[in-house]
Amino acid sequence: MTDTEYVITGRAESPAFLFGGKALIELVNIVKEFKVTGRGEAVHAVNDVSLTVEDGDIFGIIGFSGAGKSTLVRCINLLGRPSSGQVIIDGRDMMSLSDKELREARKKIGMIFQHFNLMPSRTVEENVAFPLKGSGLSKDQIHKKVMKLLKLVEIDEKASVYPSQLSGGQKQRVAIARALANDPNILLCDEATSALDPQTTQSILQLIKKLNKELGLTVVVITHEMAVIKSICNKVAVMENGRVAESGDVFAIFTDPKQQITKNFIRTTSNVSKVYEFVENDAEVVRLKEGEVLAILHYRQPEDVSVPLISTASRRYEVNLNILFADVEIIDNKSIGDTVVILQGEGDNVSEAIKYLERHNLRVEVVKDARISA
Amino acid sequence: MQGYLLNIGTAAGKAAGRLGHGILLAKNTVTGPAFIETSLPNVYSHWGDFLAAMRDTLIMVLWAGGISFCLGLVLGVVLTVARPGGILENKPLYQVLDKIVNLFRSIPFIILLTALMPLSRLIMGTAIYVRGAIVPLVFGCTPFFIRQVEAALAQIDYGLIEAALSMGCSPLDVIVRVYLKESVGHIARATTITAISLLGLTAMAGAVGAGGLGDFAIRYGHDRNMTDITWTTVIVLVIAVSIVQTLGGWIAKKNTH
Repeated sequence: MTDTEYVITGRAESPAFLFGGKALIELVNIVKEFKVTGRGEAVHAVNDVSLTVEDGDIFGIIGFSGAGKSTLVRCINLLGRPSSGQVIIDGRDMMSLSDKELREARKKIGMIFQHFNLMPSRTVEENVAFPLKGSGLSKDQIHKKVMKLLKLVEIDEKASVYPSQLSGGQKQRVAIARALANDPNILLCDEATSALDPQTTQSILQLIKKLNKELGLTVVVITHEMAVIKSICNKVAVMENGRVAESGDVFAIFTDPKQQITKNFIRTTSNVSKVYEFVENDAEVVRLKEGEVLAILHYRQPEDVSVPLISTASRRYEVNLNILFADVEIIDNKSIGDTVVILQGEGDNVSEAIKYLERHNLRVEVVKDARISA
Repeated sequence: MQGYLLNIGTAAGKAAGRLGHGILLAKNTVTGPAFIETSLPNVYSHWGDFLAAMRDTLIMVLWAGGISFCLGLVLGVVLTVARPGGILENKPLYQVLDKIVNLFRSIPFIILLTALMPLSRLIMGTAIYVRGAIVPLVFGCTPFFIRQVEAALAQIDYGLIEAALSMGCSPLDVIVRVYLKESVGHIARATTITAISLLGLTAMAGAVGAGGLGDFAIRYGHDRNMTDITWTTVIVLVIAVSIVQTLGGWIAKKNTH
């Protein structure tokens, strides 16, 4: 790797894991109200949210539109001042800063947006140089720094082009370079991939991941797509109606979702949920013969995927396990998956096999049951 | 340059002996180029007045336009940033300014011309000649331009403002580096429209004896039925409008990417 070539801040020498665990962004009991014009009442876009983002995290905030996630992320850099609560970044209480101190603090918090927000009358190079005005750097130094940043996001060949001549993915790369111009330690991504096609989304996500690793950048990602969370985040908060419904390690949330909204989001990323549709429509593939059980096997522990549970259960209890389809994911570098099976066997064998699987930490969700009750 | 033109303009106006309200005391004896003597006889014989009228119009447009441009730009920006949800939200200021603009936009210009005579005397020392027309022209033109600037700035995506703020820009940075810089094209178009409408207003300024092409065309072309003067004036105005329009369009195009 030629990392050192791309070092912008010098932070790259100390990768994220070395100082992981230190709280970098602390949101405490954040409330954000909007007055509804014409009526006296206030709408709570964000209602008593507390979150802690640690140094080196890629922290995802997911929710449907209107859940308050964009409002919440704007509380971090005070683009939208919370009605009450505390915003503490790197130990500093942001709400108590003067206007001037706040502007300085914002320079250390990069932000990218769904619609990129590049200045249309400026070239790519001028856009990236925009936040460097007044930084004390000479024209030459600014040029060098801008070119370095553009190389980092792999778009340096477009330096003299206007944003209107770029594709969405290229625009977002420029926006990222601009957000990094003042060597921030935090990057806020507000639906940064929502206007991009799936392939471009992946390339931008991989870029963000690379920046997180190489620059030790702490990233907050706002999205409505579970796939985004799955592919880069290590922590996630699920928002609904201005509140955090559930939060924690992405792997834990995926394997053991507690709230219905979380389950709904996870369902959107998994093929396995199709089984419910099949059952509802009484599709051929899920029609059971007598004595058969249609079930989803949820693997909850990373170790389980490597144990041949299905083969063992099949042999030991003389049941046939017909795998209809499966969905195995890699999340946070650990594999996790669901398998849809039809179990078929004599007498109580099927029930015994299910008990065996459950003993081995598999969650067996019986979707359709054609066992003859004893 | 503009100051020079104004001085020359009034001095020449006086020298020509015209003392406002279309009364011609001493006939201007300058004649035009020989080739128009037969085709445009009246333009030929009133050539000196014709040149003076063009010059007066130019002076009025440049002075009133220049002042209105500066005032309109500043107040248009103030309205934009002070409006509810703006970066320097200030409800009382916005409401007051907004109403004042509406007030002046609703007064017919011909009434404004006479109503502002005392103010004009106070500021310019006179309510007649080119000097006397500048104040009412500014009052007639600026509110129009303020609205044009407001509309131009409203075309700036709020996302750009948000991005600039997130990068640590101060409100003044946002105004200069985003609002104004990013709307140069829109403002050029707005200026074009305003300049052409101002050209129309100067024709009415003849009512206070300011002279100018409109006054020239009415006084000779219409009142004395000198059709060749009317047509020549119209052609000059068409050329003037075309030049302004082309220039504005060119600047706008150059600044739009």
